[in-house]
Amino acid sequence: MTTTIRLQREPFDVAAEVERMTHGRTDIGAVVTFTGLCRADENGKQIAALTLEHYPGMAEAEIGRHVEEACARWRLLGVTVIHRHGRLEPGDVIVLVATASSHREAAFAAASFLMDYLKTRAPFWKQVESVGDKACEEKTWVEAKASDDSAADRWSMPPPRHEAAK
Amino acid sequence: MRLLYFAWVRERLGKSEEQIEPPANIGTVGELMAWLAKRDEQYAHAFENAKVIRAAIDHRHVRPDAPIAGAGEIAFFPPMTGG
Repeated sequence: MTTTIRLQREPFDVAAEVERMTHGRTDIGAVVTFTGLCRADENGKQIAALTLEHYPGMAEAEIGRHVEEACARWRLLGVTVIHRHGRLEPGDVIVLVATASSHREAAFAAASFLMDYLKTRAPFWKQVESVGDKACEEKTWVEAKASDDSAADRWSMPPPRHEAAK
Repeated sequence: MRLLYFAWVRERLGKSEEQIEPPANIGTVGELMAWLAKRDEQYAHAFENAKVIRAAIDHRHVRPDAPIAGAGEIAFFPPMTGG
């Protein structure tokens, strides 16, 4: 079981991170990779940049708890979560969630679960620099979405925990 | 105890952290928020919509009725927008 959780300012190579998780493994039959990117628009406004504030210490701890929960719910062979913070521009990768399992159901479900929890419980806050009509920049905080809370809520009734691996 | 503030809570207060000793009759996170809101206009503005403010004690999310006794670090912040 390979678990990687990292927070960093710098960009990262998605393919290299997935390769690091799966390298040399012959028990992995399924890898699901989700990448979240910075779009050029937010609520109809054109974005110049996105700044991610975070709570150092708690962000790692909270993501660690989500990963533990995912491993308890599904039979996983690898999990990688990398989340950037700081100033990002449209097109930049913000977050990577990669999951590995022997068959695809666990990898798909765990990746979806981890993203829904990252969206609602990981202590990050996005601030958008939009370009106004007169080229003056204003920064606004992105508001949390009810649809993200609903997505996270659907995981509240956990399925029966899987049996310990033999 | 150490209080931390993030995002627009931090902006409205003009600071990201402070050391505070609340009075002994403050027992829960919710009571602490209500007490902070009365300190001055900046605090009142930051905590005016208490239902929207989230809290964490020692890096764990807590509800407003969570006791603050023994807490090392309490953070207040808006709903999160990571991922």
